[in-house]
Amino acid sequence: MFSLERWQEVFETISKNKLRTFLTGFSVASGIFILVILLGVSVGFQNGIESQFQNDAENIINVYPGRTALSYEGFNKGRRIQLRNEDYEVVTENSKQEIEFKSPTYQIYAGLISHGNNSGNYRVEGVLPDYQYLEKADIIEGRFINANDNKAKEKYAVIGNRVKKDLFEDESPIGKYVQVSGLNFKVIGVFTDPGGEREETRIYVPINTAQIVFGAGTDIRSMGFTLPKEENYELALKQSNAFAAQMERMLKTKLQIDPKDESALFISNNIENTKEIYVLISAMQIFFWGVGIATLLAGIIGVSNIMLIIVKERTKEIGIRKALGAEPLSIVGMILHESIFVTAISGLFGLIFGLVLLEIVGPYIELDFIKNPSVNFNIAVSTLLLLIAAGAIAGFFPAWRGARIKPIDALRDE
Amino acid sequence: MIEIKNLHKSYKMGKNSLHVLKGINFNVEEGELVSIMGSSGSGKSTLLNILGMLDEADEGSYTLDGVPIKNLNEKLAAQYRNKFLGFIFQSFNLINYKSALDNVALPLYYQGVNRSERMERSMAYLEKVGLAAWAHHKPNELSGGQKQRVAIARALASDPKVLLADELTGALDSKTSYEIMDLIQQINDEGRTILVVTHEEDIAQMSKRIVNLKDGVIIDDRKITQVRAIQNV
Repeated sequence: MFSLERWQEVFETISKNKLRTFLTGFSVASGIFILVILLGVSVGFQNGIESQFQNDAENIINVYPGRTALSYEGFNKGRRIQLRNEDYEVVTENSKQEIEFKSPTYQIYAGLISHGNNSGNYRVEGVLPDYQYLEKADIIEGRFINANDNKAKEKYAVIGNRVKKDLFEDESPIGKYVQVSGLNFKVIGVFTDPGGEREETRIYVPINTAQIVFGAGTDIRSMGFTLPKEENYELALKQSNAFAAQMERMLKTKLQIDPKDESALFISNNIENTKEIYVLISAMQIFFWGVGIATLLAGIIGVSNIMLIIVKERTKEIGIRKALGAEPLSIVGMILHESIFVTAISGLFGLIFGLVLLEIVGPYIELDFIKNPSVNFNIAVSTLLLLIAAGAIAGFFPAWRGARIKPIDALRDE
Repeated sequence: MIEIKNLHKSYKMGKNSLHVLKGINFNVEEGELVSIMGSSGSGKSTLLNILGMLDEADEGSYTLDGVPIKNLNEKLAAQYRNKFLGFIFQSFNLINYKSALDNVALPLYYQGVNRSERMERSMAYLEKVGLAAWAHHKPNELSGGQKQRVAIARALASDPKVLLADELTGALDSKTSYEIMDLIQQINDEGRTILVVTHEEDIAQMSKRIVNLKDGVIIDDRKITQVRAIQNV
């Protein structure tokens, strides 16, 4: 394979049979190109669907307090449950491994917010840094709240895009101040939310600050958690339900609630609403993989067909070479060497062309159901390797047939 | 150089078996120029194919330069062909996408000779057949006679023990044929053993010995006085 002499021989053959080389290369390159685009569109579909269906993290679990419906351990029924920082800490301490993102919230629903002469009523929400991921808020300017802001109880605010438009119109709000309940908060960021305008009429502030400003002590209104994403819906559901059940037990014990009481704590498990998405995405993945594999198969069949034709076309040449002393193995080597070389180079071309196209055009594509098509580079490279290997295997049989050609038959004058 | 004893060969044609060679015995000494003659169907091409290790005999023995040629696998046959034999065909059988020089160099490639030496030696052989100026032309830019000269240079390139020529003038006009035969005679004069299969009497007269084949047996084998081709050109 690495004999310099054979490389020279192969290069000579390739460069002197340009049309044949081009046709072989073109079919391989276009096959890989189509495959890359297909995989890219499949990812784009997945992105599109996810963003269509998900305002919040798809696997978020929220906990809200309610009122007890059963008397328990000396408490009357109808007791209002109040969650506090310590309850949040109990949950996070006990489930460190399982949790991906977590945040408690304390909010007021209609805070009067003003900047200069503009003002409006918006929901002010005290949160932790992770809340950005729970809400899927995208920062378009500045930054989100970080852990230091919360520790230092900074009066910082991250405002929704709607709030920014209402209060600041066209100017940049970063570093300017808004008045919240008569206190000046410095704007450090602006966010958009896939949930739309309704969710962009919010203002996030550090929860420690919110609790002080609104005189809430250590009270929190709710807490939200997500678990790491799982391979499939069944597993995600199982993990999620287990976590929710464990958390419910823990909180009920701590807050002295009857285990059978169903109205004292509300645990909303968003994952049950995402079953359709999981199902849709996995169906789509199966579909695209099916199409992809079929494309690949067509490519392989194409390559081996071309190899067969090439061997047929070269029958006489092979006969001459054998008469001049070419061993069968050297014929196989020559044909395979040439085909692998051509397949690899042109496959690489197709791959690069496809990737570049996706890279350049991809970000501009934002249809309802296709968003940012892109392709996993590893998958693309391994399909290329697979195609080369398959091409070599598929090419081997024609090559072997070529090696078995009897020179006497090949040289017979028609 | 070549010893053949009791050579038989038959081909299966459907249900019938066609007995082509029916016990051939003959020897060729080093430096001979032998014509094998016979009408079509006489078995002369089959004999040449067996001598060229392109085909195998059913029965009998074949010894080439002291080496028994039997039970060859493809690999060994290829090596022997490369080492012992040079082929010249009626239809030249040059590789048409390679230049004259590269065609001549091909047997040396299969001998494992490195590229620069290959080119040097091939050039010397092209010079010998008078085509040094055409070294970088492709076969389709050459005349029939020139193509056959390239083929002869190629057959010589591996420095074989025996040259086997199958109707080498069959596709050429008589003037060109004689020029080619003149070249063959010159090569023979240098001591190389050459076998020529032909059905043309004038060509056969230019060898030193004529072996006549009919229906798979040798009917006549005689030494002749060689007609020098140069006189006819």
